[in-house]
Amino acid sequence: MQFEKLSLLELRQKLDNKEISSVELTKYFLDRIKARNPELNAFITITEDQALKQAEEADAFIAEPGGNFALTGIPFAAKDLFNTKGIKTTAASKILENYISPYDATVISKLKEQKAVLLGKTNLDQFAHGSSGETSYFGATKNPWDKERMPGGSSSGSAAAVAAGISPWALATETGGSIRQPASLTGISGWKPTYGRVSRYGVAAMASSLDSMGAVANSVKELALIAEAISGHDPKDATTGSQEVGEYLKNLNTDLKGLKVGIPKEYFIDGMHPEVKASVEAAIKELEKQGAELVEVSLPNTKYGSLVYAIVCPSEVSSNLARYDGIRYGHSSSEAQNLEEVYELSRAEGFGDEAKRRIMTGTYVLSAGYYDAYYKKAQRVRRLILDEFETIFKQVDVLACPSVPNVAPKLGHAANDPLFGYIADQLNIPASLAGLPALSVPCGFAKPEDGQTDMPVGLQIIGPQWGEQVVFNVGAAYQEVTDFHTRKPQK
Amino acid sequence: MKDLNGYKPVIGLEIHIQLATQSKMFSSAANKPGTKNPNVNIDEVVTAEPGTLPVLNQEAVRLGVMAGMALNCEIPEFSKFDRKHYFYPDLPKGYQISQYDEPIAQNGYVDIEVNGQSKRIRITRAHLEEDAGKNTHPSGLPYSLVDLNRAGAPLLEIVTEPDIETAEEARIFLQELRNIVRYVGASEAEMSTGTMRCEPNISVRKPGEEGLPNYKVEVKNINSFKFAEAAINYEIPRQIEMLEKGETPKQVTMGWDEKNNQTVEQRSKEEANDYRYFPEPDLPVMHFSQEWREDIKQSLPELPMHKRKRFAEEFGLGDDVVENLVQWKELTFYFENVVSEIDAWLKSGDNVILNEGEAGVEGSRDPSSQASHPFGHRQDDTKGSDRTKLIKLVANWCLQEFSAKLNSEGLLPEEAKVTPENFAELVMLIDSGKISGSAAKEVFAVMFDKGGEPDHIVEDLGLAQVSDTAEIESVVDKILAGNPKAVEDYQAGQQKSFGFLVGQVMKEMQGKANPGVINELLKKKLG
Repeated sequence: MQFEKLSLLELRQKLDNKEISSVELTKYFLDRIKARNPELNAFITITEDQALKQAEEADAFIAEPGGNFALTGIPFAAKDLFNTKGIKTTAASKILENYISPYDATVISKLKEQKAVLLGKTNLDQFAHGSSGETSYFGATKNPWDKERMPGGSSSGSAAAVAAGISPWALATETGGSIRQPASLTGISGWKPTYGRVSRYGVAAMASSLDSMGAVANSVKELALIAEAISGHDPKDATTGSQEVGEYLKNLNTDLKGLKVGIPKEYFIDGMHPEVKASVEAAIKELEKQGAELVEVSLPNTKYGSLVYAIVCPSEVSSNLARYDGIRYGHSSSEAQNLEEVYELSRAEGFGDEAKRRIMTGTYVLSAGYYDAYYKKAQRVRRLILDEFETIFKQVDVLACPSVPNVAPKLGHAANDPLFGYIADQLNIPASLAGLPALSVPCGFAKPEDGQTDMPVGLQIIGPQWGEQVVFNVGAAYQEVTDFHTRKPQK
Repeated sequence: MKDLNGYKPVIGLEIHIQLATQSKMFSSAANKPGTKNPNVNIDEVVTAEPGTLPVLNQEAVRLGVMAGMALNCEIPEFSKFDRKHYFYPDLPKGYQISQYDEPIAQNGYVDIEVNGQSKRIRITRAHLEEDAGKNTHPSGLPYSLVDLNRAGAPLLEIVTEPDIETAEEARIFLQELRNIVRYVGASEAEMSTGTMRCEPNISVRKPGEEGLPNYKVEVKNINSFKFAEAAINYEIPRQIEMLEKGETPKQVTMGWDEKNNQTVEQRSKEEANDYRYFPEPDLPVMHFSQEWREDIKQSLPELPMHKRKRFAEEFGLGDDVVENLVQWKELTFYFENVVSEIDAWLKSGDNVILNEGEAGVEGSRDPSSQASHPFGHRQDDTKGSDRTKLIKLVANWCLQEFSAKLNSEGLLPEEAKVTPENFAELVMLIDSGKISGSAAKEVFAVMFDKGGEPDHIVEDLGLAQVSDTAEIESVVDKILAGNPKAVEDYQAGQQKSFGFLVGQVMKEMQGKANPGVINELLKKKLG
């Protein structure tokens, strides 16, 4: 049986009915990883031994009366930014190349309590800095649809693993598009939660005020199920909200009658791939067919999103990366002769170019005399963007638009273009700045300008703060009448 | 202080106090000042593992706000944390979480009394922050050691306006500040253990000049009030001397070198650090509601300045005694408990606490035996003066014997085995002449070591003082008869013979005779 074609709900049934054991399922996916990972480079670490042990425990638990949670015994992968006790957590960097975390991220703890099975840690742009997956110290991840192309990033490995069917689902993270963009480029479903919905505790920080931990999977229904499992207030993360976590799956309402879907005109930018545009427009029409009312709206501050992000993100990055100093853990230069050199050389050797670029930019922007002109002003504009969304969500229930203006570029495309990410993520960044929940769902294919293989296109659905349910509703409704999410790349 | 020829010292203080919370400022690791083993009070947040986040210790906020209120500060409705960046091995995150422009308390003051004059020292602000760890540099070894036990400990940094002009003012202010934060329970505030640290910023204004001097010298590494005074007294003449030569002292950080009694330059502040402050995104802005602030205000305990005034008024104690008591919050509580016992006893009208022959036995309070006790004769109109006398005795015993023993054992008053009730009884035994002063010390030593009621101990040790005039008189007569030479000498004017005779009587009575009665009888008999 091809278990990668089954949803998490179907796997749940098979496990509960003892049609298959967690150990068998885990071995099945471990075998697939071993077979496919060398070409995809989706995983940095494969945790085979721990996975089999967890699977045995899950089987024992399932054997007990009432012994199951939604994700019990089901394998998953985690972006290598999530701390996992006793397992390497590299952030795809040299500076943490051999770092073994002494603790579990809150999300990992929650999944352990559910007895989900961790297959391994997935590749990413180093410290999540990037939108191509190419900045990883462990090499770029390949897009399973066309291995000459990038899967997007920074959650490159998680997206590629799910798209290739070597992990049923995967944890991912977003700061400014790092879930939606790779989900779109690899033809899978990705959920970026409301900021504060999922605990950030234990996930190496990129930009603290933007980081959101979410997931990628084969369908929105599965994302709803995952969301229930990993969301909630965390006493260890003061920025998590105390809002109750909904029963997103049970409460899924795919009847779109009367639902107002806003179409923000600024998201259909000049220079957009025409087939991408056509696919997204067709998808929006599909929503209308199901009873949704389409409302054209304007979000004029969208254009400032990437600029604000270009200031806020590196500022926080420069601060968050200060702890990697070669003193307590991580790479420490063997050349250093004194304290100053421990810092300078360890960081010079340990960080990649993109991290250095962001540290330099952030340090400059936060310097005395520049703080007001840049960071403070950027935060004010950010407030305007947030206000604009709030106003719009008084008129519409969700926004629908493209996730990415193009399909996956070829590998190497991003390497010499520091602005690549800001362009690739420009349609994702405004919702990130406003802390809003959003999905990317597959909505078609488009032929790249520089290739013959059709590549996936994603529809973005943005909801109001804490509006996970409504974005899941719209995404699931769309997937009830389309089959793009079931299409998988040829091996 | 010697005449400064018109030069005026301008001194501001920065004080850090470590807040007395169970856990650290932003994590659940233990906050235990004085832990010997390195790196035990740590967790993944303290060591700044990737992905860790701060969680605000609400108790630290409460203590900080209480201290701020006790310093007469304004407490804002909103306050936030900021990151202050610099690299140092004792700072695991590469930034300190502190407060930059919205501290929890601002614009306060402390009134101190200097040479009988009241002086107001204004408080600029008080803010919360986390402490750093501690680096040590073993001599001769090619590495340094980092201990993170202190890293992340909750601190309240208090900054004064440069209102201080002398070392004495600085010391008095620091003592008062220490008392205030101890009274509100915010901190142990102990300079010697580092739970209170002080950095004076010292400069001197030239004669005829106004405003602040264009430089200041910060002195660190001060671990006692004495050194704070000494450092200021060292800096002022040093700076004046330079100014007189037309030089401007360098803007530097100095360290206090306690071996050589001088300040030593640590680092120049000319290359000012850029700390790149920005609002801490991991912590929401704090909102202090009117109601919350009011609740805290209501919960403020009596502060030293108020206690001073009340003790002087209620107990008729002298300024020095009051001042010494007020310096130790817990002792004032104990003292007042003892006074309550005394008052209860005075009020009861049942004046017998000790009935000879039935010492201290419950139920021995037979009014008919009152006459056997000196206080049994007490009239109502003497109550007030008796009370004042007793209270003074309580205060003296609290400040001397009791304090000395507590300090040597490292105990708090309430931890002692001596109950306030027994303490009160002892004082009354002393006052009534039942035991001598030296016997009282012996009794107190037993009470302190083992506990127990003083009258029982007096019995056990056979220390009851004989005040029975008839009994003493018979011994006096015997001694006078046996020492005709001494009697003769005394009558010839040799005063020391009197002392000799007292000593002989005391010796005969094994030291238990009331010396007052001996004196009285001898004087009478010798004419």
